[in-house]
Amino acid sequence: MLNSIRHSYMRIHAITAKEIKQLMRDRITFAMVIMIPLIQLLLFGYAINTDVRAIPVAIVDQSDSAVGRWIVEAVKVTQVVEVTSYLTTAEQAQAAIRRGDIKAALILPPTLNEKIARNEPIGQWIVDGSDTMIAGAIKQLRNLSLNDIVPEQTSNQSRFEVSLFYNPEQRSAVNIVPGLIAVILTMTMVLFTSSAIVRERERGNLELLITTPIKPIELMIGKILPYIVIGLVQMTIILGLGNIIFAVPINGAISHLLLGTLLFITASLTLGLIISTIAKTQLQAMQMTIFVLLPTILLSGFITPLEAMPTAAKWIAEALPGTHFMRVIRAIVLKGATLGELINDVLWLVGFTVIGLWIAAMRFSKRLD
Amino acid sequence: MTSSVDPQWVIQAHGLTKKFGDFTAVEQLDLLVPKGNIYGFLGPNGCGKSTTIRMLTGLLTPTEGTINVMGLAIPKQAEALRHNIGYMTQKFSLYDDLTVTENLQFIGRIYGIDNSTCKKRIDQLQSTYKLSQYQHQLAGTLSGGQRQRLALACACLNQPKLLFLDEPTSAVDPQNRRDFWEQLFDLSEQGTSILVTTHYMDEAERCHKIAIMEKGRIRADDTPKALMDNINAHVVEINTTDLRPLKQALISHIEVTSAAQLGHRLRVLVSKQVADPISWLLHQCQQHNHPVNLQDIHLVSANLEDVFVSHTGQRVPASHEAT
Repeated sequence: MLNSIRHSYMRIHAITAKEIKQLMRDRITFAMVIMIPLIQLLLFGYAINTDVRAIPVAIVDQSDSAVGRWIVEAVKVTQVVEVTSYLTTAEQAQAAIRRGDIKAALILPPTLNEKIARNEPIGQWIVDGSDTMIAGAIKQLRNLSLNDIVPEQTSNQSRFEVSLFYNPEQRSAVNIVPGLIAVILTMTMVLFTSSAIVRERERGNLELLITTPIKPIELMIGKILPYIVIGLVQMTIILGLGNIIFAVPINGAISHLLLGTLLFITASLTLGLIISTIAKTQLQAMQMTIFVLLPTILLSGFITPLEAMPTAAKWIAEALPGTHFMRVIRAIVLKGATLGELINDVLWLVGFTVIGLWIAAMRFSKRLD
Repeated sequence: MTSSVDPQWVIQAHGLTKKFGDFTAVEQLDLLVPKGNIYGFLGPNGCGKSTTIRMLTGLLTPTEGTINVMGLAIPKQAEALRHNIGYMTQKFSLYDDLTVTENLQFIGRIYGIDNSTCKKRIDQLQSTYKLSQYQHQLAGTLSGGQRQRLALACACLNQPKLLFLDEPTSAVDPQNRRDFWEQLFDLSEQGTSILVTTHYMDEAERCHKIAIMEKGRIRADDTPKALMDNINAHVVEINTTDLRPLKQALISHIEVTSAAQLGHRLRVLVSKQVADPISWLLHQCQQHNHPVNLQDIHLVSANLEDVFVSHTGQRVPASHEAT
């Protein structure tokens, strides 16, 4: 018994050591390990910018009061809008929106002071709703704090503060960077392992390997071990640079961060192993990886929140390890959550890994027919 | 299945058939390989040699038939067999991006050989197979002969009692092939049974026993000498000119199994049904307006290629190496 465990360990170690050596000698792949997270981080961090700045707007201030001017100043200070014109009637503003001169207009009625006193909505934003991103940005302004201007108005204060708790400046990098870990890990982890066994088959190594006493599960475990370390390195690169370049805060405990990432890495690796037992060529393995990668980018909540998706899309999203990890990593990094609080997602990732490894080992036959 | 195990045979197979869809790669093959022998499979590419080896090692499941290798029922007990055999695949199947020593270390660990023993054996094998000076070189940069020695070293690392070698010398020059066979005889001397496939006549002739394979069937099996002595044809050489038209004329006769040109000679296999092949051939040449003198035509002893041709009715590729 003890002897068989020792032999098992030796075989797993043999595979792992071999993978590491091969990886170190494959300069391009090794460079990709570092370059993929680096380049993608910069690309996504700067390019995918869902913060909208400097929307051209008009002001229609019919109150002509000091309060009105304060409100306009407060709106300007947000930098979300840039006041390009001052108009006198709502009709003029509508026409300007239709022409595309401006995207929105703030109309402050003559009765502004009375409305403030009665705690009613004080003004009206008319918005070009054709661009949802802009509409969303203006909607945010609807809740603009007027506490500095009218200190006696405190009724909405608490709700307002909660909505901007984790990302008060509403910078998308804060949300994108942790999400990027899920996307990049899916890409590299699934890709590496999906081609791992296919490559041995293509190069003819497999025929020799399967005439040796190695067991399928030993081969699988030996294959994924080196990539676990690579995955953790990639996570460190993304979060480290995200913290330095984009000032993404890391609020959670590092141990929970590492453990949570580890779970996702193993889940992704087993997914890659399953692919590698199905694909016959490296090209097929690549295509299947992209088949998994695309929904991970589009459906996991990386770009669009899950809440905005139809039910069927949500089911697909929940089946992807990336979706669960997206929640885990954002919660740990941004909100300082613990794995205990995220137990459902954690258990799902563990279950996926165990069942996935079993399926891969079952599917991997030591036969050629 | 294991009931009829006879310790004198290292491999026993009965009624072995393998079909891939409509294609029958191996058909009703019976095989008995004696312990301690070098047993050769001689046949052209695609005759089912590799398929047979893969069935014997448990890599392929036979469509029909039973296999017993070293007392183990295959493919059922294939896992147990893996500890006791070495297998050298037709295509180089070690890692191009690992060095000679690293490849050997990898195989050693896979077989669970402990470190100090493994190190000793690797040193030994590297010197036996003249690999010591290349030990830090990547396998991918080795020459054909070096790679093949490395593959044999890896197959022997586990000190197997039985070696399967699938066309081990197909990418190797004659000198290296000769050295390689010396090494096989050393292994055989130490008690290793070897099953080797080849399409080289000279290699087949070195085996203790051979089986001639064609289109998935064994056409004949015996020692090379017995096969040559018992050939079912007269071997006649005709020394003359204008060999091409004569050859065409002769092979149209049903009594002529084959006619092959060797430089200025025509080597003709005439059926044993013809009692006096010399006078029969003289007569045929006369008939075809190609008179030949008696001193230019003689019976010669058969070689293995003649045996092969008489059993299969075709010449093997790369047969020019024949003795």
